Amino acid sequence: MDLSSIRKLITRYCTGEESWVDSRTVYIGQKEPPPGTEAYIPQRFPDNRIVSSKYTFWNFIPKNLFEQFRRIANFYFLIIFLVQLIIDTPTSPTTSGLPLFFVITVTAIKQGYEDWIRHKADNAINQCPVHIIQHGKVVRKQSQKLRVGDIVQVKENETFPCDLILLSTSREDGTCFVTTASLDGESSHKTYYAVQDTKAFNTAEEVDTLHATIECEQPQPDLYKFVGRINIYLDRDEPIVRPLGSENLLLRGATLKNTEYIHAVAIYTGMETKMALNYQSKSQKRSAVEKSMNAYLIVYLCILISKALINTVLKYAWQANPNRDEPWYNQKTETERQRHVLIRAFTDFLAFMVLFNYIIPVSMYVTVEMQKFLGSYFILWDDDMFDEELGEGPLVNTSDLNEELGQVEYVFTDKTGTLTENNMELRECCVDGHVYVPHAICNGQILPGATGMDMIDSSPGVDGKEREELFFRALCLCHTVQVKEEETVDGIKRGIHQGKSTSFYISSSPDEVALVEGMKRLGFTYLRLKDSHMEILNREDEMERFELLEVLNFDSVRRRMSVIVRSSSGDYYLFCKGADSSVFPRVVSGKVEQVRARVEHNAVEGLRTLCVAYKKLTHEEYEETCHLLNRAKLALQDRDKKLAEAYDVIEKDFILLGATAVEDRLQDKAADTIESLHKAGMKVWVLTGDKMETAAATCYASKLFHRNTQILELTTKRTEEQSLHDVLFDLSRTVLRQHGSMTRDTFSGLSGDYQDYGLIIDGATLSAVLKPTQEVTSNGGNYKEIFLEICRNCSAVLCCRMAPLQKAQIVKMIKASKERPITLAIGDGANDVSMILEAHVGIGIMGKEGRQAARNSDYAITKFKHLKKMLLVHGHYYYIRIAELVQYFFYKNVCFIFPQFLYQFFCGFSQQPLYDTAYLTLYNISFTSLPILLYSLMEQHINMDILKRDPTLYRDIAKNSLLRWPTFIYWTFLGVFDAVVFFFGAFFLFDNTTFTSNGQMFGNWTFGTLVFTVLVFTVTLKLALDTHYWTWINHFVIWGSLLFYVIFSLLWGGIIWPFLNYQRMYYVFMQMLSSGPAWLSIILLIIVSLLPDVVKKVLCRALWPTTTERIQTKRQCLTAEQSTIFMLSQTSSSVSF
Amino acid sequence: IMASSYGAKEEDGHHPGSAGLGGAAIRTKKPDNTAFKQQRLPAWQPILTAGTVLPAFFIIGLIFIPIGIGLYVTSNNIKEFELDYTGTDMSSPCFNCSQSWNSTNTCKCELFFSLDQPFESNVFMYYGLSNFYQNHRRYVKSRDDSQLNGDERSLKEPSKECEPYRTNENKPIAPCGAIANSMFNDTLDLFYIDPNGKKRPISLTKKGIAWWTDKHVKFRNPGGSNSNLTTVFKDTAKPVNWHKPVYELDVDIENNGFINEDFIVWMRTAALPTFRKLYRIIQKNNDMTPTLPRGNYSLAVTYNYPVRSFEGRKRMILSTISWMGGKNPFLGIAYITVGSICFFLGVVLLFIHHKYGNRNNSSDIAS
Repeated sequence: MDLSSIRKLITRYCTGEESWVDSRTVYIGQKEPPPGTEAYIPQRFPDNRIVSSKYTFWNFIPKNLFEQFRRIANFYFLIIFLVQLIIDTPTSPTTSGLPLFFVITVTAIKQGYEDWIRHKADNAINQCPVHIIQHGKVVRKQSQKLRVGDIVQVKENETFPCDLILLSTSREDGTCFVTTASLDGESSHKTYYAVQDTKAFNTAEEVDTLHATIECEQPQPDLYKFVGRINIYLDRDEPIVRPLGSENLLLRGATLKNTEYIHAVAIYTGMETKMALNYQSKSQKRSAVEKSMNAYLIVYLCILISKALINTVLKYAWQANPNRDEPWYNQKTETERQRHVLIRAFTDFLAFMVLFNYIIPVSMYVTVEMQKFLGSYFILWDDDMFDEELGEGPLVNTSDLNEELGQVEYVFTDKTGTLTENNMELRECCVDGHVYVPHAICNGQILPGATGMDMIDSSPGVDGKEREELFFRALCLCHTVQVKEEETVDGIKRGIHQGKSTSFYISSSPDEVALVEGMKRLGFTYLRLKDSHMEILNREDEMERFELLEVLNFDSVRRRMSVIVRSSSGDYYLFCKGADSSVFPRVVSGKVEQVRARVEHNAVEGLRTLCVAYKKLTHEEYEETCHLLNRAKLALQDRDKKLAEAYDVIEKDFILLGATAVEDRLQDKAADTIESLHKAGMKVWVLTGDKMETAAATCYASKLFHRNTQILELTTKRTEEQSLHDVLFDLSRTVLRQHGSMTRDTFSGLSGDYQDYGLIIDGATLSAVLKPTQEVTSNGGNYKEIFLEICRNCSAVLCCRMAPLQKAQIVKMIKASKERPITLAIGDGANDVSMILEAHVGIGIMGKEGRQAARNSDYAITKFKHLKKMLLVHGHYYYIRIAELVQYFFYKNVCFIFPQFLYQFFCGFSQQPLYDTAYLTLYNISFTSLPILLYSLMEQHINMDILKRDPTLYRDIAKNSLLRWPTFIYWTFLGVFDAVVFFFGAFFLFDNTTFTSNGQMFGNWTFGTLVFTVLVFTVTLKLALDTHYWTWINHFVIWGSLLFYVIFSLLWGGIIWPFLNYQRMYYVFMQMLSSGPAWLSIILLIIVSLLPDVVKKVLCRALWPTTTERIQTKRQCLTAEQSTIFMLSQTSSSVSF
Repeated sequence: IMASSYGAKEEDGHHPGSAGLGGAAIRTKKPDNTAFKQQRLPAWQPILTAGTVLPAFFIIGLIFIPIGIGLYVTSNNIKEFELDYTGTDMSSPCFNCSQSWNSTNTCKCELFFSLDQPFESNVFMYYGLSNFYQNHRRYVKSRDDSQLNGDERSLKEPSKECEPYRTNENKPIAPCGAIANSMFNDTLDLFYIDPNGKKRPISLTKKGIAWWTDKHVKFRNPGGSNSNLTTVFKDTAKPVNWHKPVYELDVDIENNGFINEDFIVWMRTAALPTFRKLYRIIQKNNDMTPTLPRGNYSLAVTYNYPVRSFEGRKRMILSTISWMGGKNPFLGIAYITVGSICFFLGVVLLFIHHKYGNRNNSSDIAS
């Protein structure tokens, strides 16, 4: 062990890297490090095979079955099926086996097909050729054979095969351009940097001579985080250590652009690449309807078990008399007799379970899934939500939440890009209180002098002139904008020089582009970054070059960014731009008051403001800064924290230059949408990172706050004056007093003029509120409760200065509050992703800030205004459709099974099924399945135009109102009533007499068939009564399925089926139909079963109509009017709307 | 009035905006604007209101009440006579027969009864059993339909479902199963007693008591055209409770073996524990005299069938039949009741409609 390794150990120890196992060492080119440096422990890394498929050929069947039976419903049906196979049960195993088999097979085929597609895609990726440098030569290899440590050569427009550390590029400055369009949807070109000390290794031979190791963290899924370091062994003993960051890391899936070729070393391969780690599916969201469905299921399971239990007990009570248990005409087999009584009782219980198991139908799950899947197409197809500009319509990433769109109570919306266009334009800039407004139109000529701008205030003096130019230069230098180059060699120069837009700026932040473009109009044109020099064309058309030394990147916590440059004259400058709150405290001189006044004025106007400041550095100061930054950058652990600390030290003692104001226009119809959402009973919260004044202005403009809204402020400014405790109590008193007087008003009938509250809270105060308080306040309840209480009484809330995670926190807090409201989050940027994932429904806007939000959302739309149709029309429809679907399914199965239960009392509790096996099997599969599926796809209880025009209708379905317990109980009782009618109707008809004209008798199968016929007709007609929207498809399916039942029954009873071992249904249906009283009783029983529901509907509509019903009646009256007095009413009715 | 608005939506089905703009690339991604995809198919949108339901209720009421009255009257006109001959009573002539049950010597008893009214037209003679669970699951499935359909293999190897009535002394039972084994085997004969005391037998037809399809398709003797049933059933055993094998049920070849109508009738299991089965038909006379005139009759019973063990009852029923079958006032009463309820509801709804319906509508339109 020599000195260097000891030293290494010491450094390692000093930097506090205890958990060394969390990093990996990569030997570039698979070469061992110089002997003696450290014991060579070969680490094992996976190969570069991407496996997105779930199954292989061999494990498909077992694994897929296992996955499917993990669903509780499928497992239940499997158990029923197995019970039927094992014990002697009333119905043959096919009755439950066939539907289950069908469901499982269809699902397996679907999943198998999807997996096959994935296999094909995987193979295509895994086998595509990559170029690897081996022994100084370029070798072609299959992508899957790539190993960690291989040096890869990637050419322009190729996709990176794994996560790579950039060693060298064809460009002299060691940079390359990359688009990550397939990773996060951002099509802008991002610059990546080669390691300074390896960028010279340009050719294959040279790269092969490189001797270095890379130490880096183990793979983690965050796309934008990476820490590591490279040890380069040159001839000397000491390796050169350089930091590696995400700017050196090329991610798998990204594409090389504008660079001829690069050499890079593989560090994460295959399933360990960041892209693969991000494959993991999002957590499953479940809708409120699904939750009620599961609650119903449990109720029905209890009903099922108690039915079976009651019957078992009664059976043994009844057959205590041996002549009943085993009369001479019906004896048991010897084995049956010898069975222990407990075993017999248990098998009897299971047999009853099997007999009644249809009450929880397999087909409901299938139908619900199909309804959701097919129903989501209506969103995709919607022409109103199609955006002509983008050429794209909405996206549905999950269809599980369709109905949740109709249940939203809280809407959390981002401001920038969601409420506003995110189409930025520099409005004005203010230098020391002088305001400059750039011309809106650039006339294509650069005129000498300062005519490119208007001066509102008097012309500044010489000193002012200098400051002004410094301000413009600062804005030209302090950014991360790239220039999109033309293909022609001198294209960019000519393009920019002539003022034509042949080249344009690209940045991840539209504000920066707006600023740089604004500067161009004010005479300072940023040309490009070349060899670490930023080139600017100033007003005199002279080229100025600044060496770019450091970039202190923007982050949402600091809310500012800085650059350190060296001018051609050798001066060091630090330019900083950022939010006023993060810049002003760090300013030591400058005309702070004037600028602050202007910034506040602009913010109220709804403009986005940024402050610009600078400081001059001496050479020593610069050296120190460099040292500070490098130390932070070199750290392997907690690098971010250390960097933040370093930034904090560096960015201070500024001299304020001025401020800018960028306008972000409100989106089309944003105000109208927000108003509609309000009317629909939703609470709209705006969560933004913007400053309070700007955000408040946007809120006023978008009608979130009205003129007469009383604004409650819960901001740092207020909490500085009073304690948070007092402020909170103050506010809650205000709100609650209002609340109290309001209830009194409603008694006196004067609730018209109640005060509307709006709350504004900022990030800092929010985190103080959410912080768990140790001291419990005097009247119990902590801050969070009080805060929630205030929020509950405010119609609109604005949260400004929010960090992305805080957005999610707010959503989480509201989600967890005691009413458990349904939340919806909508946003367009990466900073909204956490909130989108947290909310019950996440909606992404396909906007300018990339596709991250859209990718992580449940639904993606192109414009905020489409939210209105999405919720008020689609959400409303989906909800009423699925609510009916769920209730109806339970209803029809109660109708189906309850007669069987009643029949047990008349057949000695012997589990004799009432219906034939074919009817038991097909009832849910084919006789009654299609009408409800079609209903749940097509139903429109109210025209969509009315739904859109009258948002208050949305309140009618709020709080899951169609699936509450009273409704559920009503449906269940309706089902029981109908079942009783069917059974006893048939019972009295059969009671000890004949009803044929030839005196012949009918048997038990005719009895069952009669009940079943009435049943099929009743449940189908019940649905017909509920249908408000009869298209030809509904007619076809409803009457078609009834016809199908009749035809099937005729066929089923019409032939001696050779493959069956029983012929009990032979001619039963036809014999039944040949009898007049059978017809009469079928008609009678159907009418009696439907009667109570019709009466209930009519009475409710006449006596206690809901808003929905009123609208329906009103529309009906109007159409009736229209048809009678056609000519006259045409004009008047159109007026009345 | 059922308000309908067919086609009312078609006008706004095509809205502008799809015209112009966008290149071919955009066009391809844009969904086509069909009425179905836009959920704007023309549709009939009925709503159940008091106004629309009212006429339906009155119509139902007006139709149902006459039907109900018709049914009730028809049912009342049907003549039915029921005679319990179980013999549980000491006074009953069949008391002795019911007490002892041995299969060797047959027990006979005779019951006298009188009909107050003449039975016109065809009279149907039923036997009825009570507390007999023909619909018990173990019982219902204890049969082999392929055997009964004349399948030779099932004749030799009856279905497992027939246990414990599947084989006897290593020979397959034909017909196997509990149902066949427990076939009703009392013989009922009817005599008319002349006013001058002379007993005259009444001829009972046993043809046409089973379903035509059962007799001709579902039930078939094995052996095909072989009319000698004795050889066909050679290797089979008779059901344990039967007195004679299946091929001796009747002398008539058309009514023997599996296609014996009494057997077929018994094999159709009843729906409820109290049931009746058609036994014989008394064809009406060609002359104008009633089939069964007013007067005294006697029923001669060959008492074979034990029911005492499970507290069952045996009955003989004579009934005339109308187009709606036997005597059953249920349907008529139900129709009258439902019709009246509908009518009553119609009146209530009319009241509600006038009082509330107009108010709602007018206030809504005004608002």
